[in-house]
Amino acid sequence: MSTGPQLHDLTIVGAGERLRSGDVTSVDLLEAALDRAHRTEAQLHAFLTLDREGAGAASQAADADLAIGRDRGPLHGIPMALKDNMCTRGLETTASSQILAGYRPPYDATVVTRLRDAGAVIIGKTNLDEFAMGSSTENSGYGSSYNPWDITRVPGGSSGGSAAAVAAGSAFGALGSDTGGSIRQPASLSGIVGLKPTYGTVSRYGLIAFASSLDQIGPLSKSVTDAALTLGAIWGHDPLDATSYSGAYPDLTADLDKGVSGMRIGVVSELAGEGYEAAVESAVQEMVGDLAGAGAEIVEVSLPTFEIALSAYYLIAPAEASANLARFDGIRYGHRAPGASTEAMMARTRAEGFGPEVTRRILLGTYALSAGYYDAFYGQAQRVRAAIQDDFARAYRRVDALVSPTSPTVAFKAGDRVDDPLAMYLSDICTIPSNLSGHPAISVPIGVDDQSLPIGFQVMAPALGEQVMFRVAAEVERLAAFTARPVIAEVAS
Amino acid sequence: MPIDIDIAHVARLARLDLTEAELGAYKTQLGVILDHAAKVQSLEGEPHPETAHPLGFVNAFRRDETRPSLDREEVMEQAPARQDGYFVVPPPLDER
Amino acid sequence: MSWEPVIGIEVHVELATRSKMFCGCAVSFGEEPNTNVCPVCLGLPGALPVPNKQAIDWIVAIGLALGCEVSERSVFHRKNYFYADLPKNYQISQYDIPVCRDGHLELTVDDMTRVIGIERAHMEEDTGKSTHVGLGGRIHAAEATLLDFNRSGVPLVEIVSKPDIRSAAESRAYAQELRRLVAELGVSDARLEEGSIRFDANVSVRPGGEDEYGVKVEIKNMNSFRSLERAVDFEIRRQIDALEAGGEVVQETRHWDEEAGVTHPMRTKEGSSDYRYFTEPDLVPMVVDAEWIAAIRAALPELPAERRARYVSSGLDDELAGVLSAVAAPLRQVYEDAVAAGAPARQTANWVTGELTAWLRRSETDPEEAPIDGRRLAELVLMVEDGTVSSSAARDVLEGVLLGEGDPSDVAANRDLIQMSDAAELEAAVDAILAANPEAVESFAAGETKVVGFLVGQVMRATSGKADPGLVNRMLNEKLGG
Repeated sequence: MSTGPQLHDLTIVGAGERLRSGDVTSVDLLEAALDRAHRTEAQLHAFLTLDREGAGAASQAADADLAIGRDRGPLHGIPMALKDNMCTRGLETTASSQILAGYRPPYDATVVTRLRDAGAVIIGKTNLDEFAMGSSTENSGYGSSYNPWDITRVPGGSSGGSAAAVAAGSAFGALGSDTGGSIRQPASLSGIVGLKPTYGTVSRYGLIAFASSLDQIGPLSKSVTDAALTLGAIWGHDPLDATSYSGAYPDLTADLDKGVSGMRIGVVSELAGEGYEAAVESAVQEMVGDLAGAGAEIVEVSLPTFEIALSAYYLIAPAEASANLARFDGIRYGHRAPGASTEAMMARTRAEGFGPEVTRRILLGTYALSAGYYDAFYGQAQRVRAAIQDDFARAYRRVDALVSPTSPTVAFKAGDRVDDPLAMYLSDICTIPSNLSGHPAISVPIGVDDQSLPIGFQVMAPALGEQVMFRVAAEVERLAAFTARPVIAEVAS
Repeated sequence: MPIDIDIAHVARLARLDLTEAELGAYKTQLGVILDHAAKVQSLEGEPHPETAHPLGFVNAFRRDETRPSLDREEVMEQAPARQDGYFVVPPPLDER
Repeated sequence: MSWEPVIGIEVHVELATRSKMFCGCAVSFGEEPNTNVCPVCLGLPGALPVPNKQAIDWIVAIGLALGCEVSERSVFHRKNYFYADLPKNYQISQYDIPVCRDGHLELTVDDMTRVIGIERAHMEEDTGKSTHVGLGGRIHAAEATLLDFNRSGVPLVEIVSKPDIRSAAESRAYAQELRRLVAELGVSDARLEEGSIRFDANVSVRPGGEDEYGVKVEIKNMNSFRSLERAVDFEIRRQIDALEAGGEVVQETRHWDEEAGVTHPMRTKEGSSDYRYFTEPDLVPMVVDAEWIAAIRAALPELPAERRARYVSSGLDDELAGVLSAVAAPLRQVYEDAVAAGAPARQTANWVTGELTAWLRRSETDPEEAPIDGRRLAELVLMVEDGTVSSSAARDVLEGVLLGEGDPSDVAANRDLIQMSDAAELEAAVDAILAANPEAVESFAAGETKVVGFLVGQVMRATSGKADPGLVNRMLNEKLGG
């Protein structure tokens, strides 16, 4: 095995340069990714479906286009993976649930169309917690995924498969979805970049819905610039999504090299203390110090409603999910159990098809919406949400961006939290507020702990503040100079 | 103190055919989670009915124009049971 | 004990938009099953709704026509329940902030005007269609259900009346008037037999004079105006009978059985009443501002109530105004043109609603194709007014015009229907008859004034119907000294 950087280690930008210089072809890039997948899938189980045929055709088409001078942009010819909750026409899409085993959507999600139009090569669909509900990918209906940095540990979730694939080099970039932190937390645990954009900037058409008012699709990648380029290719107004923003979109890359001099950066005081691993806290504090050294003014900011954000989230998300998942009834697609009546068939189908976490959340959501409980639970949770938005607004009058750890801990051992739902939910305590507010947030890897487990640093910005967010994130990346790559133990085949 | 829930009723509302044992387990788990979630009640004020879009826009409409529908074959391929272009299901309780 | 029926009616109107409420599938009936479907109206994973602006324009139009207050800001809600023909197992509807509120509808029932309050009109989507079949040749219980989602997602406006209706006849009148209004607005085909308009009734009774409402029963499955009236009538009597026998009325949904002429209880769906409404997170609020409302109001056609009022102010009584207003638009146009050409309103209205309508029906002619225009009708009416033809002769003239024989004056001349108006000629005819009927003259002198009728008939015969009977009558009376 070679010791130097290999093709699969390249960033999207790096691969793009080699592509355009004629050094490699898109087919080469695809082969490198597929080879890497072949060598690591037994350990990681990042993918649910590898589409060799479709990807092969796409990479050949990409090469042909480049040959005639037709360059579709930064993602042209780049092998990308998609979380398996995004509909790909004719290619199995399961949301990692047994209830959708064998389901082939008759349409592409908007982001998929945009990736294809950008010349990206879709290599396959990655594993996730079932219906994106989870923080470890252990809730997958098809078996867990594992962390490339330590295959006895989780890669995070729910976009664990996408994170593992990018961290391992089985894809040059990936898309995930983030409802409570499901892109950022796995990115943090897997040592890569992952972000959730402003709610409404990336179309949800074709994303299998978990919680409609919280879900957003975003990129997972090896670098901040890669993330910016990927986001640029998929975001923008979509007439097929009524929550899609139709106003002006910020320039994502304009401020990447500007540095943080003169900026005011707020450290969220609530996102520290008990429950946070020492290594995580010290790495984050060190980075804050470095940012100060790079010219930023650091301000301690308190957002008191963060203390009840998790509670609000665990009422709003399951409530919306309980309605979004009602369509899985065995009638038009997916699994169907036998039954003498429609009612019996539906109830049996759903009991058989959904895993325990999904069942738990559907019950929770149904309860929170039901007669007599709506005001105290769901209605009140929305009130908290509005209060969180107010806290953010107040904070952003004082600072340009907010920072915190992405996750209170590094990657935990597989099996550690599966039997304790509350403990699992606490993984998202730093990421949830941005979902509730709809604001953008990014996780940047800044180092590893003494067990070589990655630590992620979160940068949050106001709505449509991606330019500020990327500016700070790029500086964090430069300061961290984090170049380590996981060494994935070979498994005897 | 965990909240008491009529779990059988909730499961019926959600069309989930769960065993007694499962219902018992979920009831306990939900009680614990709801106890935690009830922290939202610590915030004073009127409950909010609406989810506010962070960018606060209104009136997202489409024009009254037709778009091509799906090819029926492609749709019906996914159907667990079909007949002459229809989806087939067991009849509802009030028709049996 | 006197009982007062208290009735509210819920109407579902399918809008005749080109595309569905939340997707671009065509709104079209009678197609092969599941051919007008897409991820959105099939409830496929990942699909999202986007509202049809035309549907919003049209529900506002309905609201304005019903005198409703249009909510400046309204939202959609999810109404959650499981049913095979509801692909998402929730319906996108509206809960506490409908687009339209607090309106009214004017009816004429038994020559009386009634105003029925409208509680609300809201926007929602229609479901697919279930057909229950027996697979192995069994006649009774269904063995399977076939589902067609072509209708899923068609825009539906639900209009809920206040419980102001007080009889079966009023129920029918309400339904008919609402149907007419919606059809005239051009927003729906509003055909009961096609299902593009549907009615459910909520019926209760209470002791006369009491304020408190009785227990309410919902009636479904009335597929014609007549069955609506019959069903409500049956239900009122059923409830009164039950209460007078010392029993109770159970709150339930009942199904109207047209053949048997009774309502049956429907099996209640378990848990169906907890719809767990919450604001639809896939949609943003609708803000209908004053400018938007003004634009829709300006584009409204003249509404039936406005038209009735206009007719009344032009000289028609309430009843005639009501009848004329309900006549097909092309015939109303003939009326309006005739009046514009100088014909008197009341008489012209009587011709249109009477003879003309009857002729069109007998000859099975479409009102669109009525072979007469306002100018000719005016000519005919004026000919009657000035005595050129008698009113009975005028019917023949009308027929001649409708059969294409020419203008009224030509037809009257050709068919020899022109009234004898020369006084001297008329007097000569009257004198001749008096001379030929001395016994009649004597009878009259003896007090039998009715004999004038016989004499008028004789004059009419002698003049081949061309004498003006009214004039003849007067002349006879004068000459006989009565």
